[in-house]
Amino acid sequence: MLSQLISAIVVIVVGVGGCVAYFWGANKLVDLIFPSRGVKGAAAIDNLRRQGLVRPWLFIGPALLILIIYLIYPVINTVITSFQDKSGEGFVGLANYQWAFGDAQFRNSILNNLLWLLVVPAACTFLGLIIAVLTDKIWWGTIAKSLIFLPLAISFVGASVIWKFVYEYKGEGQTQIGLLNAIVQWFGGAPQVWISMPIWNNFFLMAILIWIQTGFAMVILSSALRGIPEETIEAAVIDGANPFQIFWKIMIPQIWGTIIVVWTTITILVLKVFDIVLTMTNGQWNSQVLANLMFDWMFRGGGDFGKGATIAVIIMLAVLPIMIWNIRQANKEGGL
Amino acid sequence: MAQASGKSAGGSSFGRWGVHLAVLFFVALWTLPTLGILVTSLRDKDQIIASGWWNSFVSSSQTVDGRLAASDKQTQKGDKFVIEGNLFEGGAVREISAFGTRSRNPTEFPAGTVADLGDGETLQINADGSYVHSSTKAFEGDRGQRVYFASSAPPKFTTENYRTVLFSEGIGRSFLNSLTVTIPATIIPIMIAAFAAYALAWMRFPGRALLIAVIIGLLVVPLQMALIPLLEIYNGVGNLFGVPSKTYLGIWLAHTGFGLPFAIYLLRSYMAGLPRELMESARIDGASDFEIFMKIVLPLSFPVLASFAIFQFLWVWNDLLVAMVFLGSSADQLVLTGKLNALLGSRGGDWEILTTSAFITIIVPLIVFFSLQRYFVRGLLAGSVKGG
Repeated sequence: MLSQLISAIVVIVVGVGGCVAYFWGANKLVDLIFPSRGVKGAAAIDNLRRQGLVRPWLFIGPALLILIIYLIYPVINTVITSFQDKSGEGFVGLANYQWAFGDAQFRNSILNNLLWLLVVPAACTFLGLIIAVLTDKIWWGTIAKSLIFLPLAISFVGASVIWKFVYEYKGEGQTQIGLLNAIVQWFGGAPQVWISMPIWNNFFLMAILIWIQTGFAMVILSSALRGIPEETIEAAVIDGANPFQIFWKIMIPQIWGTIIVVWTTITILVLKVFDIVLTMTNGQWNSQVLANLMFDWMFRGGGDFGKGATIAVIIMLAVLPIMIWNIRQANKEGGL
Repeated sequence: MAQASGKSAGGSSFGRWGVHLAVLFFVALWTLPTLGILVTSLRDKDQIIASGWWNSFVSSSQTVDGRLAASDKQTQKGDKFVIEGNLFEGGAVREISAFGTRSRNPTEFPAGTVADLGDGETLQINADGSYVHSSTKAFEGDRGQRVYFASSAPPKFTTENYRTVLFSEGIGRSFLNSLTVTIPATIIPIMIAAFAAYALAWMRFPGRALLIAVIIGLLVVPLQMALIPLLEIYNGVGNLFGVPSKTYLGIWLAHTGFGLPFAIYLLRSYMAGLPRELMESARIDGASDFEIFMKIVLPLSFPVLASFAIFQFLWVWNDLLVAMVFLGSSADQLVLTGKLNALLGSRGGDWEILTTSAFITIIVPLIVFFSLQRYFVRGLLAGSVKGG
């Protein structure tokens, strides 16, 4: 047990030391091979130019190597694997994709994912915006924002336990210890097993992600709202606009770009949602989603890598438009 | 603030109260679920199922049934046969408020009264659980009389659950495993990303624009796309060298790889915003890129390095997927999130175990979050709003 922590500490020292040694050593090596000090005239300029050619790649090399091994190669390989069989050896063409669209569980996952995509980003953005506007008006707004922001630090698994306890159902005649059922009972309703009600259980799982992500939307939108020039609002007030007109016609258009960023960020997160479904229902009662289905196929019956990869590629295809939009946006803003 | 007062000038005091109430409602909705598991984790195991956590500060009352001692315990006192004893023999002592002998009316008699059961039979049950059952005829049968009683227990808080979970449920060990995974996986990417970010921000070389585009693209690639090939590589390496394929080294590198695009993106946009004159005057003084990076850029970038470190720490600590794929499920490799997931399966209804484990799992991120919120928010703003 202790040896484990010691090895972690050793790794930190070796890892960081290794990095420093690499960058420092490689830098020295370049200076040695292409000396720019102590040589004269054209040779020095030549060597400086050569240094300028080599050095960026020394700086970026380790990062590039890791990115290639851990992301670029796997992405390409996953696409290839999606055309292969169970063990990832024989080529099967589009068979996996044909299987996917004929499979009831897969279709259920796609539908659920669409439902998640429709509800979660919209709910987070809407609630985040409302809370950002409201908390801006009161003296204890900062504390309120901190508390609503807090779930963002909680893991999906932890949040699942928290909400499973809220949704807890005890049989007829027993004391309901789940908050939701207790409230329902207090209003005279009958307690329900919330997470096993098909269709509706999706919404109870979504509530968890909304609970986590609203804080994110709130913080980003709150900062955007503060960036709105005051004159525009003052001018609207003078012109006799009511608070709703100011909100919809003056504030919203000015933070539209930020709303889209928040929306797309949460959309990507929703496509990858896995932990919540795994821990709450593991896809039972028609609550399956793509990411959990993929995990399931990776290990089910020794693992079917072909089908797993196919599902991953389909998630990737959904993310692709956002990815392209992001790159074009960065390009436009002169980031490249 | 000025903007807020400008708006509320038009609003009535009714509207102002509405805002306070609405925010209060949201705050309650967002904090009560977490408060629920915190309170529950500190409650006595038996009380957790007896009453909702929101009632944990008042005495919990419940109506249950029990049995008196059987006829072999009877003694003859004068002309009466008497069975004496205590309903809470050996168990937790609760306070009885009422009792009865029929399930239809379980609280027929207040505690302490002598109930006449007819046929010369009387029963007295006191608040502390002691009872006297007497009859003019001898008791028969080898099972005692069934009784019902309403009892209440004072609120009882305990740290017992934490002791159980940490030392006998394996959460303590998983806590160490999580630390083992998280600390190196947070620190290693920082160095690597910082150099790459500097090169992408301040050095001119062919292919730079393409690299930045690739990194922005990789930012949104779902992790799922990387899992299967990496699993194959790890298994291959494991077989080739005869080493286990699920190791801490493996997961450190995996987290480093998955964290790099965001790290480079975040650091690059911050470094690109540093004043150009600073670099140029240093260059004129004869400083090399390496020196500029180490002596000027790195110290100035401290806030953004801190932001990234917090993000990566939270992300790795809270991760379940990567840990499930690249680490085993034995006690020496199971991290907290994985352990919690396993407990959800095996200890489904044992809320004293689940809530306590969950709270231990989330306490570290919460501390990090509260103490370093400033950096966290800054990173969030820089990371998601382009050019922010």
